[in-house]
Amino acid sequence: MTRTRTFVLVGVVVALLIAGVGSWYASSSPDGLEATAAEQGFDHTAEDSATADSPLADYSLAGVDDARLSGGLAGVAGVLLVLLLAGGLTLALRRRSAGTRDGADPRDEASTHDVSSRHEVDDPAGRR
Amino acid sequence: MHVPDGYLDAATTAGTAAVAAAGVALALRGARRELDERTAPMAGLTAAFVFAVQMMNFPVAYGTSGHLIGGALTAVLVGPWTAVLCMTVVLLVQALVFADGGLTAVGTNVTLMGLVAVGVGYGAFRLLRAVLPAGRTGLLAAAGVGAFLSVPVAALVFVGLFGLGGVADVSLGSVAVAMGGVHLLIGLGEAAITVAVLGAVLAVRPDLVRGARHLQRATALAPRSETAGRPAAPAAPAPVEAR
Repeated sequence: MTRTRTFVLVGVVVALLIAGVGSWYASSSPDGLEATAAEQGFDHTAEDSATADSPLADYSLAGVDDARLSGGLAGVAGVLLVLLLAGGLTLALRRRSAGTRDGADPRDEASTHDVSSRHEVDDPAGRR
Repeated sequence: MHVPDGYLDAATTAGTAAVAAAGVALALRGARRELDERTAPMAGLTAAFVFAVQMMNFPVAYGTSGHLIGGALTAVLVGPWTAVLCMTVVLLVQALVFADGGLTAVGTNVTLMGLVAVGVGYGAFRLLRAVLPAGRTGLLAAAGVGAFLSVPVAALVFVGLFGLGGVADVSLGSVAVAMGGVHLLIGLGEAAITVAVLGAVLAVRPDLVRGARHLQRATALAPRSETAGRPAAPAAPAPVEAR
């Protein structure tokens, strides 16, 4: 488990570096769909998203003048936000599935204990 | 391939939103079977990683760029249902926070890059995994082909939606040729990134690749893992060897 945690931490650092530093070097050419739309003449039907005024719109942090820093910070924020949301969702699903009497799951009683001990602490919503 | 608002009419947009909602609902049920104490943290990491790599547009021909979708990669790493959830989180964050992909079009994007890319990528991976020789090379080849196919197929599904409800009056055939052509090239990049990332994870922690669990059980990866010094994992394969 500790080794898995190490792996995940290293992976998160790699993702932060890609989004925070590497993305500066990404191609700024239009992507496949944008290029097709321009070439075929339907790009004008695109409308601005309702979130176009978001402080992180188009992967740059509003108020930061340096483009490289602005893009890097936006990338870092995005990675952390996705990690939090996706990690939270999958952890919540895992706990609940381990909590049900799915005796068929051979993997471990350990995690079931884990879950029951944590149960009262979180998920006050008590769905299910 | 993030579809902006406005390309598709309201009915088609609503239809894809319904498809996406149904797919995510199924995934919420299916993912419970996939998520254990190993895949849950891996799923969070994989989603964050896909978000990061999606920022890395790489150049393809004609002054055009593309980026990883990540449907096949995610499905092989954490399982297909969990992958649908991971992709949905990435696409929601992109649409809501980064204005990447339309807001009303988020169902379209979840359909294309969540459901279609994961479904095609993982489906092809499973088919090929069954017929290719077992082992790392076969596994990586299966994942690479799945990743490659997922991109042009998702692009052609967009063309199909455009045929149903595209707002602009343009020739569908030439849209199909243009979309299909450029996304064949982008698919090569998708395959390369998928194989590179999977290969790296298989080299250090093959036990964390859900799509390689059958290899673990068959101990096909064991010799390499043992030389790599992996104290935690041998617990699982042992009973199989004893048999």
